[in-house]
Amino acid sequence: MKSSVITFPGSNCDRDMDVALKKFGFKNKMIWHDDLELPKSDLVVLPGGFSYGDYLRCGSMASKSKIMKSVINFAKSGGLIIGVCNGFQILVESGLVPGVLLRNKYLEFICKNVFVKINNKQNSYFKNINNNVLEFHIAHNEGNYFCTDDQLKEIEDNEQVAINYCNKEGRIEDQFNPNGSIKNIAGIFNKEKNILGMMPHPERMIDPSLSGEDGSLFFKNLINNLK
Amino acid sequence: MKVSVIITLKKDVLDPQGKVIHQTLDGMGYKDIEEVRQGKYFEIYTKENDLKKAKDKVEEMCKKLLANLVIENYKIIDVQ
Repeated sequence: MKSSVITFPGSNCDRDMDVALKKFGFKNKMIWHDDLELPKSDLVVLPGGFSYGDYLRCGSMASKSKIMKSVINFAKSGGLIIGVCNGFQILVESGLVPGVLLRNKYLEFICKNVFVKINNKQNSYFKNINNNVLEFHIAHNEGNYFCTDDQLKEIEDNEQVAINYCNKEGRIEDQFNPNGSIKNIAGIFNKEKNILGMMPHPERMIDPSLSGEDGSLFFKNLINNLK
Repeated sequence: MKVSVIITLKKDVLDPQGKVIHQTLDGMGYKDIEEVRQGKYFEIYTKENDLKKAKDKVEEMCKKLLANLVIENYKIIDVQ
């Protein structure tokens, strides 16, 4: 399975993602934002970081990068794309997934482990995964997911909510919402479910000695689903 | 030609920074404030000499990049 991780000026989770993808069997290539063409890929990842210093709005500049035309074409042809953290912000700014990510409700940069409940397993990302709750890491200032009432209705009608912030037992409540996101939304799909945008970092949970292994579950399951 | 644009958050979008500024002003003794909303202001200098064309181009820029229309409104306040 071939993957491509896009590096934007200011990306800083691109190499972690590279390590994670390779660990679970992807042949990964790092792609520079100024390139015009994506190599043949089964998966494209927009990594976390602070592309363009978060100028204007997080992800807004990166969403207009040269490589993004190719990424958008890849998306339209049904290619799998994951945007993590800043990558999620780039996805919303590109219009590839609905909504926006606002400043965290309490104006704090949040860096901690969280639990997320998988809301929809009818897709390449979570199909066949045994767990319903995963422990991932978040580190962001603008992760407060927001959309209009009409968009929210559409997202829910199409079952586009991928994961919600919850507690260890999977209870989705206000008190487990770290950043003020509507309905505790931590990640969403596009309508066709080939694109997944999420604030939590699965690539930070792939080593039991450093963190946890729920990221390993995610990547192992993903590559098995793609085979 | 200079085109001036302001971008503001839509009414129902939470503005935590505006809220904190409001609280701080309140703490400084400005007790009559009902609400503070923070926005952005741009000055765009263009070679275009036609007033309408310049305005239309900047409007396009607002839609494509300067504003995110899910949460923000833009207003061209001056062209000169």
